Amino acid sequence: MTILREALLVAGKDLRIEARSRVALQQIVPFGGIVLIVFAFALDPDRGLLPRVAPGLFWTAVLLASLLSITRSFSIEEANGARDGLRLSGLDGGAIFLGKAAAVALQLLLLEVVLGLGVVVLYDVSVRGVVLIACTTVVATVALAATGTVYGVLAAGLRARETLVPLLVLPAVTPVVLGGTRAFEAALAGVPSDGWPWVQLLAAFAVLAVVAGVLAFGPLLEEDS
Amino acid sequence: MGRFPVLAGADLDVDAGDVVLLSGPNGAGKTSLLRLCAGLLPLRSGAAEVLGCDLAHDRRSLRRRLSFVGHETFCYDDLTVAENLRFAARAVGRGSGEADFAIARVGLGPQANVVHSRLSQGQRRRLAFAIALARDPELLLLDEPHAGLDADGRAVVDEVVRVAAADGRTILIASHELDRVRQLATREVEIVGGQVRSPVGPAPEPVEVSP
Repeated sequence: MTILREALLVAGKDLRIEARSRVALQQIVPFGGIVLIVFAFALDPDRGLLPRVAPGLFWTAVLLASLLSITRSFSIEEANGARDGLRLSGLDGGAIFLGKAAAVALQLLLLEVVLGLGVVVLYDVSVRGVVLIACTTVVATVALAATGTVYGVLAAGLRARETLVPLLVLPAVTPVVLGGTRAFEAALAGVPSDGWPWVQLLAAFAVLAVVAGVLAFGPLLEEDS
Repeated sequence: MGRFPVLAGADLDVDAGDVVLLSGPNGAGKTSLLRLCAGLLPLRSGAAEVLGCDLAHDRRSLRRRLSFVGHETFCYDDLTVAENLRFAARAVGRGSGEADFAIARVGLGPQANVVHSRLSQGQRRRLAFAIALARDPELLLLDEPHAGLDADGRAVVDEVVRVAAADGRTILIASHELDRVRQLATREVEIVGGQVRSPVGPAPEPVEVSP
């Protein structure tokens, strides 16, 4: 079985679990929406400010909600010794990483579509560079999911993992939030062509995160043994 | 948390096709020995080879050739019996056919579409056995295989072990139900304080045990 087929097997398993438990739909997406609304209330007195800071608020909301997705991705491996089952499965560590990261990325994309609509409605923004927005979203999501999955497995074998994941992930994905925000600013209110260097930066970060994850995930999965 | 040796000086050779009963008191190291053989515990010192694989360096390829039924089912609560089985079977390149056959073999056919969280304790144990079978292992590691099972379930376990042994698979069984497992075993090994002790040799004559 190739690494890709093994990754699809793991991603399918994780997505099937999420589809059945509906945690992403009923808890994580609403959480992201609530964060956007809280920002809107906090900044409401200055209506002119919201459209200007919308890119940063969007990626902050995505980042906070992604922490829940990442934690959830590894909490499903804790019950019934499923983590040991994953190790016993004989699947390649890199394939497990790719599968879990892909499942997280797909959930984040769904979240970002909903939050994007929320930003347009709540923050009254207009979009100039749709292609730039789409490309930024995809590469930033890959970077977020890959980085989060690496740190997620690192924390999974430790006690107090729920509080460790934010501590580990937030500093590591700061470049993603920065790049995503700058690219969105260019796509929403600036000159879209100014955003592409940020997309390139995000793409480089995503590639690094994926390569690091493929190499490191297997040993990290064994780490608590 | 400090580390301490759980199997200090344990020395054990098992021939292919053997059915070995691991006996010994609680905390003796039986489960640790099985987890070590499954590659779930790291080898801190010494040497160990299972199915020709060096436990220090080659755990992944070993794991594809064995099945481990432990105290937990290693299953996902939100997946059905069939989905859990197919995931485990496909991970080692087996198809849905093996998974469906294993479901029938342990008598879980009517529960095939029931999610794991809704299964009884006994049904979960059966599912763990079905997963072990669906992987078509060369080595079967069983930790207290009869625990939590009713009479029918215990009989299913006995039958699974007999058929697996007849197929030439190597089986290690850690159990406190000595009389019952002695009927299945070809050897008995006692483990005390992390060390292998006698009796090492053929198991005593089988005795009749009611389910």
